[in-house]
Amino acid sequence: MQVRERFDRELGQLEANVVLLGGMVEGSIFDSLSALKNRDLEQSRSVIDRDDDIDEKEWEIEKGCIRLLRREAPLARDLRRIITIMELANELERMGDYAEGIAKISLMMGDDPPLKELIDIPRMGEIAVSMVKRSLESFLERDPERAFEIAQSLSPDDDRVDRLNHRVRSELFDLMKASPANVVRGTYLMWAAHNIERIADRATNIAERAIFQATGEQVNVGASEPGTAADES
Amino acid sequence: MTLTDTRSLTGAASAENIVSFDESEVVLEARNLSVSYGGAPAIEDISFQIPRNSVVAIIGPSGCGKSTLIRCFNRMNELIPIAQISGQVLFNSQPIYSTAQDPTEIRFRIGMVFQRPNPFPKSIYDNVAFGPRINSLDVNLDEVVERSLRRAALWEEVKDRLKDSGLSLSGGQQQRLCIARALAVEPEVVLMDEPASALDPISTQHIEALIRELSLQVSIVIVTHNMQQASRISDYAAALMAGEERVGRLIEYGANEQIFGAPKDPRTEAYVTGRIG
Repeated sequence: MQVRERFDRELGQLEANVVLLGGMVEGSIFDSLSALKNRDLEQSRSVIDRDDDIDEKEWEIEKGCIRLLRREAPLARDLRRIITIMELANELERMGDYAEGIAKISLMMGDDPPLKELIDIPRMGEIAVSMVKRSLESFLERDPERAFEIAQSLSPDDDRVDRLNHRVRSELFDLMKASPANVVRGTYLMWAAHNIERIADRATNIAERAIFQATGEQVNVGASEPGTAADES
Repeated sequence: MTLTDTRSLTGAASAENIVSFDESEVVLEARNLSVSYGGAPAIEDISFQIPRNSVVAIIGPSGCGKSTLIRCFNRMNELIPIAQISGQVLFNSQPIYSTAQDPTEIRFRIGMVFQRPNPFPKSIYDNVAFGPRINSLDVNLDEVVERSLRRAALWEEVKDRLKDSGLSLSGGQQQRLCIARALAVEPEVVLMDEPASALDPISTQHIEALIRELSLQVSIVIVTHNMQQASRISDYAAALMAGEERVGRLIEYGANEQIFGAPKDPRTEAYVTGRIG
């Protein structure tokens, strides 16, 4: 028997579960945005229902990690892998909560039309989903150079999401200042944009964790300061 | 390289994988140290420094020369007739293998605790007083015995039965008695060769806590097979590895966070994660 075969097999299963969780969360983010844009309340309800499955999967992964920590007392790369898996499960679960939040906002909006045409918010969502996909790739590759490369590619996208969020907020503020009747619907959209911005931030966290897994270094990928959305035409 | 390719285990460490210290911080140093037994090399060309007031763990698979290495640090290998030693061991920058150095004196200043507790068949008091007595140290023996037993975290358990035989103590207490015996002559370094491997978990915890406490005043070099223990107690760790020809070489020496968190050498990584050894 190969040394530590059981340990390696269980660690591999945990990683597979993280990928599975990642797929569930990506699906929820995508669907919550699609439901918001298309005013599909049924789809929003489905996202909310599925959040329980995401929570359950996170717990399953965390329990598996605790079991391996308790039983194997891992060190070095093994320890980094388990810590990374736990962190990723937590980051993904929180992303799922943000998707659920967007779905709830969608339900609160009900049959009211959005305060403004949804262009920047879906765009933020597309970038954020792409960031989540790439951050999970860097986790799976476990290659230090690739992890740094992907992290660097996420940083400008994170900036773009921040700038779009800033622009959405400014526009909504103007509309709300113009009429108190706009405040409730404006606030809904601000929450939705905020949730997407947080998803993008957490994708960056995943890329940082992937670097830690590959190298043991704690790196701040460090998005630059959010600027204006002037160049996001 | 693949972790199962034993041919690739033989190379010595590259220089950037060995931490070094300012000379003023170093209490003990191996320089190009090699040992052979009856002409057969056991360890080869080992160089690294032990900083003051620190715990340094020596780790590596069975047969890689850990015990051979630690025994060089207080000339214990000289007691083995077929052992041949080349290179240098410096203690406070002075070579310990020079003819001017008295090996017995060296062994008091660099004490040793072994895997199995080996108290003398004497009273607890006499065990601890042994070193000061044979060195004819001008000290108050009662004070030395109490101080040493306190430093070894044993005083409270034995203060009312100092005349009892050291052999009447439990295994863990006997090991702490041996540590107290080593401490009684105020060593600067204590070498420990798997000091807790024969002890139960509670006694092991006592010894580990004691090692951390003692490292505030003395340097400790410890050989251990237990990676979690090495990770818990050491400030630095030296990884040894032997290839097919069974000659131990130093492959990496670094801070605890490096060796047990993110080793630079894949052979260290393979060993501390239990893939080889």
